Amino acid sequence: MNRFLLPLGIFIVLVVFLAIGLNRDPREVPSPLINKPAPAFDLPQLHRPEARFAPKDLQGKVWLLNVWASWCVSCRQEHPLLVELAKSGLVPIYGLNYTDKQEDALRWLKQFGDPYALSIVDAEGRVGIDYGVYGVPETYVIDKAGVIRFKQIGPVTQEALEKTILPLVRELQK
Amino acid sequence: MKPAWFLLFCLLSSVLSPLNAREAAPLAQDEAVEKRMVTISEELRCLVCQNESLAASRADLAQDLRREIREQIGQGKSDKEILDFMTGRYGDFVRYRPPLKGTTFLLWFGPFLLLVAGVAALVAVLRRRSRRVAAAELSAEEQQQAEALLKDGEGDSGK
Repeated sequence: MNRFLLPLGIFIVLVVFLAIGLNRDPREVPSPLINKPAPAFDLPQLHRPEARFAPKDLQGKVWLLNVWASWCVSCRQEHPLLVELAKSGLVPIYGLNYTDKQEDALRWLKQFGDPYALSIVDAEGRVGIDYGVYGVPETYVIDKAGVIRFKQIGPVTQEALEKTILPLVRELQK
Repeated sequence: MKPAWFLLFCLLSSVLSPLNAREAAPLAQDEAVEKRMVTISEELRCLVCQNESLAASRADLAQDLRREIREQIGQGKSDKEILDFMTGRYGDFVRYRPPLKGTTFLLWFGPFLLLVAGVAALVAVLRRRSRRVAAAELSAEEQQQAEALLKDGEGDSGK
């Protein structure tokens, strides 16, 4: 009896570990930027290339930075949610148009709606690198002090929005 | 992206790649810089196609990151500074050889712990078995009995 108990126990532990491992998304790499100040940048705006935008302009506000591109297929998936969120006025969304062409980006916004307070252009993806972007879309929650508090990798889902992002935003807005 | 979609994307992009083949990236003027860039990027994982190194990947992000490394080499940064730049943005996961620290202890020494446990189990089993084999040896009385039985058998077959 004892002879079989030990291997069985080891086997069960192994199965549990493998099951946990298999159910985790390997594409979600924890960001080292959480709870660090959002990297500074100064980039032209999409709609008015002569005007610029820097994160420090939003000191004292809680805001979302959503990295998107017209070539990004899963951006379309989350887009209706962002449009709805923008309408609700709960939190301003700023778009980081990532390695995109201006005309494509503008056409895309016209077609699917523009939820962004404004979009900024990161044509060469350098700011993207500073923010550790590797899978567009990505969404950052940035607090009043300009610190990144949360990062959603991949499309924002209804569940992520309701269970994680909005409660966090409310908490930070207090 | 969901795995299935991602797989489809990879398949499609590999089928279509000859169609949208781009111009070759400009070769670095300096061969030494290029060599160092390759050495560094071989140590780094491409986060878009995770099983590829940054040196091997053709993903756009990998190209951007290689450009970044090239530029930083040009600025005279050390290898360590460049690796720190990458881990500061993408985390320890980008490094194929993660740094030794509390959270990576099991990763580095787990296999050796398993090996030690395996050897210990093997030794224990072998010892137990050899004890059992020793116990199975016949006593003098049993030996005689066995021989008697064998003789009987011979007698029977002779008839």
